[in-house]
Amino acid sequence: MIKVNTDITAPIATSHPREEEIDEFEISVPSPPELMKRRAKKHVGFILGGTVVLLVLILAVFAPLIAPFDPYDQTLTNRLLPPIWHEKGSWSHPFGTDALGRDYFSRVIFGARISLMIGFFAAAVSAVVGSTLGMIGGYFGGKTDAVVMYLINVKLALPGLLVALSLVSVFGGSLIALICILAFLFWDRYAVVTRSVTQQIRTNDYITAAQAVGASRLRIIVGEVLPNLMNQIIVIASLEMAVAILVEAALSFLGLGIQPPTPSWGLLVSEGRSFMFFKPYLVTIPGLAIFMLVISINMMGDGIRDITAPEGRN
Amino acid sequence: MLNFVIHRIYVSILVAITVSVIGFSLLRISGDLAAELAGEDASTEEIAEVAKAYGLDRPFHVQYFDWAGKALSGDLGRSLFTNELVVELITDRIGVTFKLAIYSLILGLLLAVPLGVLASTRPNTWIDRMALGLAVFGQAIPNFWLALIMILFFGVTLRWLPISGSETEWHFVMPTLTLGLTVMPQFMRLTRTGMLDVLDSDFIRTARAKGLNPIRVLFKHALRNAILPVISLAAVVFGFLLGGSVIMESIFALNGVGFLAFESIQRQDFPVVQSIVVMLSFIYILLTFLSDVINAQLDPRIRLG
Repeated sequence: MIKVNTDITAPIATSHPREEEIDEFEISVPSPPELMKRRAKKHVGFILGGTVVLLVLILAVFAPLIAPFDPYDQTLTNRLLPPIWHEKGSWSHPFGTDALGRDYFSRVIFGARISLMIGFFAAAVSAVVGSTLGMIGGYFGGKTDAVVMYLINVKLALPGLLVALSLVSVFGGSLIALICILAFLFWDRYAVVTRSVTQQIRTNDYITAAQAVGASRLRIIVGEVLPNLMNQIIVIASLEMAVAILVEAALSFLGLGIQPPTPSWGLLVSEGRSFMFFKPYLVTIPGLAIFMLVISINMMGDGIRDITAPEGRN
Repeated sequence: MLNFVIHRIYVSILVAITVSVIGFSLLRISGDLAAELAGEDASTEEIAEVAKAYGLDRPFHVQYFDWAGKALSGDLGRSLFTNELVVELITDRIGVTFKLAIYSLILGLLLAVPLGVLASTRPNTWIDRMALGLAVFGQAIPNFWLALIMILFFGVTLRWLPISGSETEWHFVMPTLTLGLTVMPQFMRLTRTGMLDVLDSDFIRTARAKGLNPIRVLFKHALRNAILPVISLAAVVFGFLLGGSVIMESIFALNGVGFLAFESIQRQDFPVVQSIVVMLSFIYILLTFLSDVINAQLDPRIRLG
């Protein structure tokens, strides 16, 4: 026999739970942010990668305070001094000096600024462009979607590196030009992912509800669709930031990127190349710097993905 | 199937036309190509003369249709720098680039597929972690730097391998190793994820329950399904390698199309640059078209969806 509560004035049981019940509830089922915090604390890659990225960020921001010398200051009497691990090395120039007598340690530290700035802004600009296109295509479907797909196909068909090299040769290797050119290289992955996820989100009840109460399409996309894509966008952004840093280094290495005397890591490798056979540290140090930063950003990005959406780990 | 193919052809042609316009305008967007070609201290008359000589004074669309018409009949013009026929410049050098791309692709796949399969059979063990670690490593290492380190080690210290030129097969070892390691991670991850998905499915459980040889189940039943996306990716990566080998070509002095493009970009040799960019795009479009059609043929969900 089922007992039916006929007293409609009685409070509904769940609306006024007793204090102890709240505690029990929270102990058994932690909130999503709490869960993420717990996963983050256990994720070795995330902690390791995040720490290195944070350290590089500190180095970059406080470069003028940390670097012992001006990275542009040439002292021709101190050319090609060996680094500290070499028997003739000294603490005044821990990484030695380059062919123009500039302190290599200071140049590497200032190089972190270039890499981080280009990586971050290229990933951010391409995220805005790509996600906007992806959401528009995925939400509206039909002809609009066909246009977005067409743009993605055109982008994919172009040989990215050659196009980037041509554009740098036309617009020059300024920081802003490079950020825009790299953003052009990387928007497509955001567009592909946000488009397909938006297509799935569009069929959800909360979107229908928002449409029913008369929310504008812009409001639905920004207010309802975008928040559900944010995790994915951040994960892609971290991975694209790593790739952008690598491509900037490659472009600068080829001479069609950041221009001397600015200390970009790719440019340092390129400048050290002519002395590579008898001064290998000029090439190994900036290369290791790129490698460390990129691997740390990748580990952090993989970590963010595992932490925010562990079901999509593989 | 026919509808699918017709639609894909239509899209491919549209993309090809757009790409040719972009490739054609790449070096022209500066606005004044003639002034750059004429040099820094050229007078206005000299610039006008250069513009006239190369037909740069005509409206953009006239130039484009003129070039596209000639290109369709196989005439890509002459290099501004060496005055050689662009077609000959490219056909002389495409072999090296193709060879490097194919070698690197094969090496990448040979490393990635067995490793991905192995990792997927033992998820979250040390083998799996090693495979993923190697992928993270391959993705993070700057390939131009790895190439230089290899030159230092194998070329200078050990003196095992030649460090520049493309005369013998030995010259391709270091560039292939570098590019192979660069493309390996994406194949490895895709094989591993695909295998993990397939190994979890009912038909694999059935096959195992029937008592079939586990190795046979792994390769005949599972890998067969998981390899499809890897093959599609291989087509994409091959297209990427043709355009992306410019760094390796310039480091190892391999005289391929990538290096030709790089040199031509530096000296604003626009007939060469536009031809290479458009040619590589067309190869990419053709490859993805073929891989899409093959996939649709193999998987009805694609052509009906």
